[in-house]
Amino acid sequence: METIKLTIDNRQVEVPKGTTILQAAHQAGINIPSLCYMNLPHLAQEHKPGSCRVCVVEIPGRKNLVPACCTECTDGMTVLSHSLRAINARRTVVELLLSDHPKDCLICPSSGNCELQKLSITMGIREINSVENAAMSTYRKDASPALNRNMDKCVMCRSCETVCNEIQTVGALSAVNRGFMAVVAPAFEQELTDSPCTFCGQCVAVCPTGALTAVDNTFHVIRALADPNKYVVVQTAPAVRAALGEEFGYPPGTSVTGKMTAALRSLGFDKVFDTDFAADLTIMEEGTELLDRITRFLDGDKSVRLPILTSCCPAWVNFFETNYPDMLDVPSTARSPQQMFGAIAKTYMAEKLGVKREDMVVVSVMPCLAKKYECQRDEFKVDGNPDVDYAITTRELAHLIKIGNIDFKTLKDEDFDRPMGESSGAGLIFGVTGGVIEAATRTAYELFTGKKLEKVDFHELRGMEGIRTASVNFDGTYIHIGIAHTLGNARKLLDGIRKGMYNFHAIEIMACPGGCIGGGGQPLHRGNSIVLKARMDSIYKEDFNKPIRKSHENPEIIKLYEDFLGKPLSEKSHKLLHTHYFSHPKK
Amino acid sequence: MQLLVCGGTGCRASASASIVEKLNESLKAHQLTEEAQVVTTGCFGFCEKGPIVKVIPDNTFYTQVKPEDAEEIVSEHILKGRKVSRLLYEDPENKEHITDSRHMGFYQKQMRIALRNCGVIDPENIDEYIARDGYSALAQVLADLTPEQAIDMVKQSGLRGRGGAGFPTGLKWEITSKFSSDQKYVVCNADEGDPGAFMDRSILEGDPNSIIEAMAICGYCIGATKGLVYIRAEYPLAIKRLEIAIQQAREYGLLGDNIFGSKFSFDMELRYGAGAFVCGEETALIASMEGKRGEPRFKPPFPAEDGYMHKPTNVNNVETFANVPVIFLKGPEWYASIGTEKSKGTKVFALAGKINNVGLIEVPMGITLREIIYEIGGGIKNGKKFKAVQTGGPSGGCLTEAHLDTPIDFDSLLAAGSMMGSGGMIVMDEDDCMVSIAKFYLEFIVEESCGKCTPCRIGNKRMLEILEKITQGKGCMEDLDHLRNLAYVIKDTSLCGLGQSSPNPVLSTLENFYDEYVAHVKDKRCFAKQCKALARYTINPDVCTGCTICARNCPVDAITGEKREPHFINQAICIHCGVCYQKCKFNAIIVE
Repeated sequence: METIKLTIDNRQVEVPKGTTILQAAHQAGINIPSLCYMNLPHLAQEHKPGSCRVCVVEIPGRKNLVPACCTECTDGMTVLSHSLRAINARRTVVELLLSDHPKDCLICPSSGNCELQKLSITMGIREINSVENAAMSTYRKDASPALNRNMDKCVMCRSCETVCNEIQTVGALSAVNRGFMAVVAPAFEQELTDSPCTFCGQCVAVCPTGALTAVDNTFHVIRALADPNKYVVVQTAPAVRAALGEEFGYPPGTSVTGKMTAALRSLGFDKVFDTDFAADLTIMEEGTELLDRITRFLDGDKSVRLPILTSCCPAWVNFFETNYPDMLDVPSTARSPQQMFGAIAKTYMAEKLGVKREDMVVVSVMPCLAKKYECQRDEFKVDGNPDVDYAITTRELAHLIKIGNIDFKTLKDEDFDRPMGESSGAGLIFGVTGGVIEAATRTAYELFTGKKLEKVDFHELRGMEGIRTASVNFDGTYIHIGIAHTLGNARKLLDGIRKGMYNFHAIEIMACPGGCIGGGGQPLHRGNSIVLKARMDSIYKEDFNKPIRKSHENPEIIKLYEDFLGKPLSEKSHKLLHTHYFSHPKK
Repeated sequence: MQLLVCGGTGCRASASASIVEKLNESLKAHQLTEEAQVVTTGCFGFCEKGPIVKVIPDNTFYTQVKPEDAEEIVSEHILKGRKVSRLLYEDPENKEHITDSRHMGFYQKQMRIALRNCGVIDPENIDEYIARDGYSALAQVLADLTPEQAIDMVKQSGLRGRGGAGFPTGLKWEITSKFSSDQKYVVCNADEGDPGAFMDRSILEGDPNSIIEAMAICGYCIGATKGLVYIRAEYPLAIKRLEIAIQQAREYGLLGDNIFGSKFSFDMELRYGAGAFVCGEETALIASMEGKRGEPRFKPPFPAEDGYMHKPTNVNNVETFANVPVIFLKGPEWYASIGTEKSKGTKVFALAGKINNVGLIEVPMGITLREIIYEIGGGIKNGKKFKAVQTGGPSGGCLTEAHLDTPIDFDSLLAAGSMMGSGGMIVMDEDDCMVSIAKFYLEFIVEESCGKCTPCRIGNKRMLEILEKITQGKGCMEDLDHLRNLAYVIKDTSLCGLGQSSPNPVLSTLENFYDEYVAHVKDKRCFAKQCKALARYTINPDVCTGCTICARNCPVDAITGEKREPHFINQAICIHCGVCYQKCKFNAIIVE
């Protein structure tokens, strides 16, 4: 590998050929700032339009300043990142961005977490020189059940465009109009809800400013908690506990399950339950469905639709309904854990507690933005009353905790309430890519073979690669499994299935990178794959240490079937826990 | 005898097609169809005095011809041999009619190489192109030269790109030829976007085959079998003429498989622009052809390595291509003997503004601005005083009287603070406000910026706002400092040539006409009287009758005076609306 030697700010740096100045500088501990540069190494995507011009540096002898993110190092190159010329240029560029930006930092949802604000702070900008009534590039606000667009705050970094088009291959966003009024919007400047947007929220996860933000349901929850007539129940998704700590200064990968539960109780929720319980329930239903299809297939039934596709990810369901309407009978009919939880909570649980359906409020804490959309889909309501009332994100929960004056770090660990707080390790690993199918495999193995599963960990199903395949040995019968995360990889798999290229029995799809841990509702990853990997490791570690690791061994699940549901795929199960799909989802 | 009628867009707009019709009618009526032929040609370049009709072989040059004049031309000149004097070009100095176009001041110092066939042949007839050595260069190249030898000849000629950047053409061809690929492309940039520029348009309308031949030669040299002409949709006549030429070339086997029986195959198609100046930038052009948003991207890699559909692509301007066949016909030494040391050959300029001979000219590099403006251009219109000459369009700068003896070439214009650009040359006189000129170019840039990079998208808008503030009389000296800083940063940090050169009009006017800016800012005066908001309205006491009409109509009560006594305008209150000037029946209001 050829190496290059260059000098950056009088420091000698040695890098492989092909390295850019920005990368070489970071290696040498020189933090050249940037705004539009975004690197997603685990997704093999480097977004470097070279358009913000914040990272410009001086190379003596060259006519103009050059963008460090795009310019490759050459042997013997001299780079000055903070010469007067470079500093003046960088500052002027940031001032220009600020001159075309709303000045409402104090009340902006991204305040404190905004890359433009950080630049202004580090550069010490104190005034913006523009004429009185200087033009501002404004755009109509766009709202949806899951995310909000405020394009007045867009800096045209185009990260959302890259994520939506190249990684998710959804194609809901691209630049429209020209010059000063150029903006990123859906085609023909449609409303977001009319576009193919799946609400995966990855655009929110990479937006450096407050242009793209999540819908905030915090105050709905506060009002519900304050209402003496309401019985408020909360469920928390597996991925939340692996990332919530980051909002309180914990390093990524710290699991804060105990403190999270304590905080929720302290906030006044009447019952603190766990979505993981419903994840176990999902495995019961979906695992049985999987086995049913596989057994019929192996018996020679040609009408069986295989592979079975997981259906717990609402952004994935949206994507599927829009792009593969000819295959609506292929996914599992099982609802997502969030929705199964709500359905059981407002029937089985409400009855047990003596609470009327209309007096129960179910709140879910999710790493996800699409869940906000999912819970208001009509098929998940009974006479207009939704199974899940409000979905809030990990970040919103952090706000609630701070609004509740709770000192998170000093909380003593507490446990979830029962019965719907009891879960197995299989339910927990739903939060990572490969986790759902591994959980299903743990149960399906025992149900199919009738034998006890000794090796509970299926490492061949784990990892960060975008598409993974494995063949799991069910005592002589090989079950072929495919796994994809990010919708671009999902599309690859689905296109292949449509062409009849694969012989998978089951496929797990997650819309977000790394699975739910990388969701749009988590502390923003902005492309940092190290954070995603750390969250993933923490989930698997917690699973490893759980006493029960298979969904069908969860005693509360067993009891639920005995007392209420009967058996998986029973009529009651079908009514409460299963659904069907629509071509072109109504939003 | 031949009656050549200009069929360029300019003369077309003045009914030259009708002239052709009427001439044919008259020839038929007088039974002269065997003796004389009417030919529609390309642009003669003398657009100020169009429509042009030229009679061959005596070189009679008729100007400002109307369709009604056709009968007289035929019955007097063609039938009786008597030239129609009233239609002859009149020399502005000695007022004499010039009977032979070769004696016209406009043409004497011109050297038409790229425009060699414009105004001479019928562009819709490939036989006329062939009759003037058309496609001989291609034949010679295919028969006698290897690609390397041909490239070498282009290099020796010293030809540099005519689109504005001036990159050595032979070198670009050589670099592209060295990248191996299953498919390569030759692209002709016909997106000519500079406001007022029509050099490329005239070449395409007047001699489209020269481009086809040149692109085929280029294809042979670099190893490309496909050519693409990216032409702006606003040039329908050029598009039509190119389509006809391509069709005719295909029929003759000059495009397609095994041209001239060689192993070389080449064909081409047109792609249309959609109204974006930025798509004249090669990477934005390529993105546009690929169906993407027309935005430039970082270079390297250059299109020679990674171009259209990520294949090696050679992009050249129309005028650059127009020069190519001549290099082979007359030899690179001949070509290199014209021009200066570092800028060989000729350049086509669109001469416009406050000048007597507005039109299209082609001159050898090294000619001075003074020669162009005063000898070819015929001097400043209406006897006014020369103030500045703007070269290079929105990317260029304004040069002053002190620069008039600058020889025109790529490097000297750059050194003088402007640039050659694609060939726009606009002459300004004492009635032009240089601040307004800078503002005009910035308005264009703000409209055309693609919006990708911060300095161009927002910076140019902010510069424009400062200039608007100044021309409205609200500027302050600090604004000039901000303007200058913005200009330098935009130039230093923009992603592409559009942004990098957009501050040039501002910077060159700040440099050469600083006192005009100061007058606008400090004195709130525009001495060229162009900025309406800075106009000073005063009442001439010798003429004013005291009728009080102005005072009664002034919306801000700035005018005082007794009946039948001269009135007075209070400058501190006046808002320069101009109502008093409109109402005064005695012309007593002076505007300056």
